[in-house]
Amino acid sequence: MQMTDDDPIKFRCQGVNVWYGDTHAIKDNDIDIHDKSVTAFIGPSGCGKSTFLRCLNRMNDTIDICRVTGTLLLDGDDIYSRDIDPVQLRARVGMVFQKPNPFPKSIYDNVAYGPRIHGLARNRADLDAIVEDSLGAAGLWDEVKDRLAAPGTGLSGGQQQRLCIARAIATKPEVLLMDEPCSALDPIATETVEELIEGLGRRYCVVIVTHSMQQANRISQRTAFFHLGNLVEYDTTDAIFSTPQDERTVGYVSGRFG
Amino acid sequence: MTDAASPTPDASFHSSEQAVARLGKRRAAEWRLKLYGMIAIGVAALALVALLWNIAARTMNAATEHYIAVEAQIEPGEDDFLRVVKKSARAAFPYVSGRSGKRELYGLFSDGAADDMRRAQEAGTLETGDAVPMRFLMSDTADLYLRGEFGVLETGATTGPLAITPEGKDYRLESGSDAFAQALGQAKTGLVREAATLRRQAARQGAGITTLEERLPGLTGPEREDTLAQIARFGAERDRLEGQASALDALITGDRQVRLALTDRMASFLVAVNGGILKLTEVSAGTALARPLVPMDGENAAPEGAWSLRILDRPEIGRPVKDRQVAILETLQSDGRIEEVANWKFFSLSDSTQPEIAGIKGALIGSLWTMLVTFCLAFPIGVMAAIYLEEFAPRNRFTDFIEVNINNLAAVPSIVFGLLGLAVFLNFFGVPRSSPLAGGLVLALMTLPTVIIAARAAIRAVPPSIRWAAMGIGASRTQTVFHHVLPLAMPGILTGTIIGMAQALGETAPLLMIGMVAFITAVPEGITDSATVLPVQVFNWANASERAFDMRTAAAIAVLLAFLVVMNAVAIILRKRFERRW
Repeated sequence: MQMTDDDPIKFRCQGVNVWYGDTHAIKDNDIDIHDKSVTAFIGPSGCGKSTFLRCLNRMNDTIDICRVTGTLLLDGDDIYSRDIDPVQLRARVGMVFQKPNPFPKSIYDNVAYGPRIHGLARNRADLDAIVEDSLGAAGLWDEVKDRLAAPGTGLSGGQQQRLCIARAIATKPEVLLMDEPCSALDPIATETVEELIEGLGRRYCVVIVTHSMQQANRISQRTAFFHLGNLVEYDTTDAIFSTPQDERTVGYVSGRFG
Repeated sequence: MTDAASPTPDASFHSSEQAVARLGKRRAAEWRLKLYGMIAIGVAALALVALLWNIAARTMNAATEHYIAVEAQIEPGEDDFLRVVKKSARAAFPYVSGRSGKRELYGLFSDGAADDMRRAQEAGTLETGDAVPMRFLMSDTADLYLRGEFGVLETGATTGPLAITPEGKDYRLESGSDAFAQALGQAKTGLVREAATLRRQAARQGAGITTLEERLPGLTGPEREDTLAQIARFGAERDRLEGQASALDALITGDRQVRLALTDRMASFLVAVNGGILKLTEVSAGTALARPLVPMDGENAAPEGAWSLRILDRPEIGRPVKDRQVAILETLQSDGRIEEVANWKFFSLSDSTQPEIAGIKGALIGSLWTMLVTFCLAFPIGVMAAIYLEEFAPRNRFTDFIEVNINNLAAVPSIVFGLLGLAVFLNFFGVPRSSPLAGGLVLALMTLPTVIIAARAAIRAVPPSIRWAAMGIGASRTQTVFHHVLPLAMPGILTGTIIGMAQALGETAPLLMIGMVAFITAVPEGITDSATVLPVQVFNWANASERAFDMRTAAAIAVLLAFLVVMNAVAIILRKRFERRW
């Protein structure tokens, strides 16, 4: 694996706290996420890794009782400042969810929806090109190029998830957030999607939440271990899995709890 | 934990007799539940079939109308077509004379016959001449008679030849020994009924006397005088009724060979002979006195089988169609001059006081306009309100309050909305009374809560993953709602809307409050014209005193149901187009 500390920092997060009503879900965490690499968030259920992920594109805003404090800088800009439009931010920071959730529209329209609402295509040819590129980048083009008008919901689970990735890529984001993207897929589809994520990590800043330590080990360059709302340990993936420093990390990665 | 409380494996638990009994009980309970369900569905289906059958059967009567073929004298530029109808009727039945006879003759024709000619004249298709073959619309009572509403003309038993002897204006009819025995018997049955009625009335007078006599000891002075006078009056009336009843008794037990005078309180007896129709006025077992209603060709004796006795059991006094009219109608029918044709006029005419020219068009168009106004208001406002409450409104006391009130509004009796419409729309905003606009506004108010509640439920049922997907690629809240949530919620919203609209279509009470119950014969041309709607038309016709409105009420109900079915079909088609898997 290449040495990744040289990658520029994409997200700089300092003193991040998240409350759901009275529940303190994320407790004063600092983390720097590097560009053009895959960062994995691991930890037991309910440790706050998904919550933290959702802070990065302000998806938590859609939950009424959720409150976020601290500084989250994307390329030096505070994404929680008043100047930032959260909708615009989400076009820059794309997201892929745990369960494949294509729109009940055609495959083409699924991918074209983002570019359309953001006005990325000047004409139909532009749009066609974006759709083809995005589906190609998601490794789905060859499978669906003959049936772009077919409903996206008619694809298999793995294909649907890759369609969702293509849809996220189509808005030309800088960051891709993935919330357990493989947990609803079978092993074969998981392998395909993992390869895809690995490839995407060379071009985008990818942050992935996963329950599978093997997956984190296989595809990520850096790994952050969360426990009970605390960022316990953050290092290169090799370091986390071979020489963890914290007792809790040792316990988790060796499978003693989780 | 004690040993007793801890469950231990026990094979006998699931195979013992008790276990078998438990199993049987459970199965019986499940079987009973299924049975109850089937019974419930059966009862509901039966009720529906009975309802539809009843409406269909009665609607069939309104599906046709009767015309009488006559020759009319029509001059170019004729302007009094009622006169033409009367003149033609007199020409067609020259033997009908006398004021009451003519009135009965005219009573066979509807004013619609004159309307038809006027319309033909306006369209330029009316022929003129001395003997133009025309068909005149029949009046409602004649039409009902032909449908058997006033009893059917039965053929009585007759034997032997019939001898006819003129006796003044009338004829004396003689036949075999007991030729008119049946008629006499039936007439006497009528007398028995009448005598019984008289005795009941006499008994009521008697009861009145008893009551007054009981009160008498406590009274003094003028009050006592009054009461005594009243008792005397009651007594006289009682004696008079008793006397009449005794006189009838004498007739009933009287000699069968003495002719009994027939009255309009008894069944009607008609004799058809020599191409004419005679009405019996006096009858004994063997002879009868008869008055011609339709003249005979000759006065020759008729052999057995060439004459018949026709009996209409319902007394003439108890039916609007008179014996002379019955005789003329029977003659017309045997001459083939009565046409029964499909009643398409029902769909091209509006309300009228005369049932045979009353149609549904005005109410149908009125309902259409009203529903249009209701839909155009209730659907967008309802859906927008639902979207705001579900997707944008903050959760606080104020929105909770609004939500509770919307739910309460759905349960408000519809007449209250009518009162509100009267006070606000008519009196304050000056919306024209009885107009589809006013009706539509009121019904929209009534429908709104239903639409809002259904739309909110449908929006809430859209999986949140669709919202996240849209927001995850940078769609704004509004874009998410209008591009993704609303299309997916549309089938549910349409279902709710159609329930609300169907309710509004059948609503009568609130429309009564804003004057849509008025008698309106014009077809509304816009939403501000006076109009009535289908359910109100049904209500009006069901209240009408003319019997012929009965079948038109059923027909109007059928039209209302058809309207409903069409409206639902449109909604289902729209829903199918929106329906998608996710």
